[in-house]
Amino acid sequence: MTAQRASLSPTVRIAAGQGFWGDWLEAPYRQVTGGPIDYLMMDYLAEVTMSIMQKQKSRDPSLGYATDFVPLMERILPTLAERGIKVTANAGGVNPRACAEAVAAAARALGLAGKLKIGILTGDDLLGRLDGLLARGHQLRNLDTGRPLRDVRDRVLSANAYLGAWPVVEALRRDADIVITGRVTDTGLTLAPMIHAFGWRPDDWDLLAAGTVAGHTIECGAQCSGGNCLVEWQRIPDLANVGYPIVAAHPDGTFEITKHAGTGGRITVAGVTEQLVYEMGNPAEYITPDCVADFTTIRLAQAGKDRVRVSGVRGRPATDKLKVSIAYSYGYKAVGSLVYAWPDAYKKAKAADRVLRQRLKDLGLGFEAMLSEFVGADATHGPLALASAPLGELPEVQLRIGVRSPDRAAVERFTREIAPLILNGPPSVTGFAGGRPKPEQIVAYWPALVDKRMVEPCVEIVDV
Amino acid sequence: MRRRSKAVKRGRGRSGRRRVPLLELAHARSGDKGDTANVGLIALKPEYYPILVKQVTAARVARHFKGMVKGPVERFELPNLGALNFLLHGALDGGGTISLKTDAQGKVLSTALLRLEIELPR
Repeated sequence: MTAQRASLSPTVRIAAGQGFWGDWLEAPYRQVTGGPIDYLMMDYLAEVTMSIMQKQKSRDPSLGYATDFVPLMERILPTLAERGIKVTANAGGVNPRACAEAVAAAARALGLAGKLKIGILTGDDLLGRLDGLLARGHQLRNLDTGRPLRDVRDRVLSANAYLGAWPVVEALRRDADIVITGRVTDTGLTLAPMIHAFGWRPDDWDLLAAGTVAGHTIECGAQCSGGNCLVEWQRIPDLANVGYPIVAAHPDGTFEITKHAGTGGRITVAGVTEQLVYEMGNPAEYITPDCVADFTTIRLAQAGKDRVRVSGVRGRPATDKLKVSIAYSYGYKAVGSLVYAWPDAYKKAKAADRVLRQRLKDLGLGFEAMLSEFVGADATHGPLALASAPLGELPEVQLRIGVRSPDRAAVERFTREIAPLILNGPPSVTGFAGGRPKPEQIVAYWPALVDKRMVEPCVEIVDV
Repeated sequence: MRRRSKAVKRGRGRSGRRRVPLLELAHARSGDKGDTANVGLIALKPEYYPILVKQVTAARVARHFKGMVKGPVERFELPNLGALNFLLHGALDGGGTISLKTDAQGKVLSTALLRLEIELPR
């Protein structure tokens, strides 16, 4: 499908295929085969995903992207080519070029050589430029704590600026069928096809905000079409066959959230509202590289079965900063667990916790944090649940205890103190099939801002 | 247990009033941003929204989560969606990958808030 055909159509259909790296592998296939769509949008990148990818790339320069993306694309490439469906995906991680090469190889093997163009978007990776930025006075202070980055500079594992929709638009304008990016915002992947199809301008703030709201609504996949929805959840039909959401967008910035006919799940005002408030900060200032969207202006209406109409969205000019996602090594942690059975399951778990803590204290191990939870009693709602739980009658309780420390050896020692409790602690204990927990390196997230002019997105187009 | 004894039992509030859990008036979804959890609280019917605005204040939510949230609680209003958004700062033991909690991303603080009791006219 070309921009020309899109411009003739009052509606552009953008389907969500993945809401995170690890989402349902069937969803993209069902989206491209289950009914008409123009674009398939796939969001892969959570906050610390980039650091995992950076680590993989340092071991093997041909890695560093969402590897699941390649077989998934292999499965749908013939349909994409046949139906002219375009793809926007931030599966490229810290190595979009390698990701694109892998997809291109898969396409050639399917006989699609010469039939597809891949757009590669880079320029978000700031890891190699950090010292230069710091030297020039960009402190990259932690947005939550205010600390300057130099405090943890030697432990930084990855640093990526969040790019917005515009470089993706450039790739689409240059006829890319598949746009593979690094750290592009979740919302930008949905907004870009709208800008491209409707010819929106960089200062069409209300329209850009509308497309951003559309992106926010579908960026978590089925979480707006019946997944994880609390309202009358037992009456949500056929979640096994859940339909992932589709934005049916119009040039005036209004759009509908819908899904393919014959799929499960449910699209209602209540469900869409739950997704709109998900991970929300100040709703009047939803800041992206493209605009500042005001979520207090959104109007929702049920426009039919499994169809919610969204209108009224207002936006304001974008800021002159980009958010930077920095990952750094924080220390180590381990979490172990044991299960105690009735009678007195809760009391036994509490007693085991006391014994374990005494032993750790006697060993003189220092931890930055130690947390005990009693799964079945207080792990999810804490003291709010304990107030009304029938603690004496619980059929079983899992003691789940975790420690955190800069000292790997201390965490390692902790992991050896759990199993002994099976034979030398309180009775009626089981649930240790998983073996000794492993100390895990903590890669922590450091959000910061950088001047937009310091980041230069780069788009290249390659023929398959 | 102490907490429970303080609360007025459901259905027997001040004369002419009754108490119901927020669960009967609203639904919610929660998530994380670093060490801050957000809880979006949504009225099940438009006529419930003013009740939420009046009774589910930032101060009340901070008391509700006492011991679970280390920092302040902020509230934002979205009358267009019949929703309130709460930011619970310092709710996630450092958040993300640092946290040792089962609910490191605050995903079920949504229903924890719905335990709050609301006073309604009889």
